[in-house]
Amino acid sequence: MTGQADNTLLDVKNLSVRFQTTKGPVEAVRGVSFTLGRERLGIVGESGSGKSQTGRAILGLTAKNGRISAEHVRFDGMDLTRVGDQEMRKVRGARISMIMQDPRYSLNPVIRVGEQIAEAYRVHTGANRREARRRTIEMLNRVRIREAEKVVNLYPHEVSGGMGQRIMIAMMLIPDPDILIADEPTSALDVTVQLQVLAILDDMVRERGMGLIFISHDLNLVASFCDRVLVMYGGQIMETLDAGKLHEAAHPYTKGLLNCLPTLSSARDLAVLERDPAWLDPIGAGYSEAGR
Amino acid sequence: MIEIDGLTVTFGTGSRAVRAVRGASFRVAEGESFGLVGESGSGKSTVLRAMAGLNRDWGGSMKVRGQALGRTREPAFYRALQMVFQDPFGSLHPRHTINDILKEPLIIHRIGDAETRILNALEEVGLGPEYRFRFPHQLSGGQRQRIAIARALIINPPIMLLDEPTSALDVSVQAEILNLLRRLRREHGLTYILVSHDLSVVAHMCDRLAIMNAGRVVEELSVERLRAHEPDHPYTKQLLRASLGYDRAAAENLAWFD
Repeated sequence: MTGQADNTLLDVKNLSVRFQTTKGPVEAVRGVSFTLGRERLGIVGESGSGKSQTGRAILGLTAKNGRISAEHVRFDGMDLTRVGDQEMRKVRGARISMIMQDPRYSLNPVIRVGEQIAEAYRVHTGANRREARRRTIEMLNRVRIREAEKVVNLYPHEVSGGMGQRIMIAMMLIPDPDILIADEPTSALDVTVQLQVLAILDDMVRERGMGLIFISHDLNLVASFCDRVLVMYGGQIMETLDAGKLHEAAHPYTKGLLNCLPTLSSARDLAVLERDPAWLDPIGAGYSEAGR
Repeated sequence: MIEIDGLTVTFGTGSRAVRAVRGASFRVAEGESFGLVGESGSGKSTVLRAMAGLNRDWGGSMKVRGQALGRTREPAFYRALQMVFQDPFGSLHPRHTINDILKEPLIIHRIGDAETRILNALEEVGLGPEYRFRFPHQLSGGQRQRIAIARALIINPPIMLLDEPTSALDVSVQAEILNLLRRLRREHGLTYILVSHDLSVVAHMCDRLAIMNAGRVVEELSVERLRAHEPDHPYTKQLLRASLGYDRAAAENLAWFD
């Protein structure tokens, strides 16, 4: 892999997430291994593929009935699966941040957005109120919100989905994280707003050397935005591809997904994805990197 | 078949009024599949809901098969026009079996022979008779959307209004539902009005489309023109470019239209 030696921010080895449910155990993530550099890494899959659970498990945000196991999740000399709660709290938010799909559920509905961002800033830096407010407006300007002085006084229900997502990103930006995990950050947004949000994420990777894990169901979007793509199915990585070469995918699942997308250029009936039960067979640790 | 002229829909009154649709006009011929495309808040779904009689406060004129539509609708109107909604989880009654759900339109329209019609409707949408006495929570999202389509189809309406019928589904399931809708239109000679935010879905399903922004139709064009990337209006051009994936230059040069 390119520049793995010094550029690797995160090294995930053989990560699994298993949930205890009333209907028995469910293995949401099964032996996933990958590394993240200062790049845009896409994780693509359908619902239930384990892509979101992979992102959550890195930060220890798995629900209470879930168990995470891994050989290691290495970040800055630590193994995130083995650090204590206190150390994890220093990583979470400050050094590895996460944005979710719908900003309406991530923002507190009864607190003005400016106060929420300022609070995040004060928690991470210990700054006073005036300083926090000044930085808040600066952050909002950085995510290209016009009239930030007015926006800080709005409640979450008064802002649009696109603006809400930019506010979330502004909040995540404050501590200058090394890694951002974005779980379907633009799926609830219009395509033009999506472009703006992606441009902001793009800047963070290019200008500040952040590592981005971009979780999405949208193959074409990921192919156009990311550097590398992991394709997940049934909790495992089916294959890892350079984003530009998505259309040269080798795995039948990836090919099948691409074929069932409607396109502007053709009006033929869409191919139906035939799922091969063998795709669910355990692939074994290390396949995803070795198979590249 | 369908003539919409100067349609307006306003929510609320006075200074808080929101003019969701501000004079939309278009025509759809019999057997045609027509797309209404726009971003959120463009008014595309509101147009559809006004047509279906779900919004009573509208202005302008709407005609279906030559008949002017009024504020209230006769049951006969719904024999000609049925609607499929976006969310297959919210649009089926959770405590009714599939049998109850499919029987309801037959009871409303006093259509007999329920047994055969229900089994036929299930078969039409590719579900076996074993689904008949199941509840919606026992079905996947795609299967529920098939039931919603079967419910609309069971009274043989010539017109179907489709409001984002696949946007809650995974792409592999979307492909199955789009194929199903195309086959049904072919076999029954149906007229579709499809609302979607997704230009490739509309390109796949429709003959012609109207692009809406801020409550107005900014442009009508044929699917051929869309495929050739030759829309006239700058708003459509921008929407098309943004739909093609991440494009740094496009992101820097977004314009606002109102």
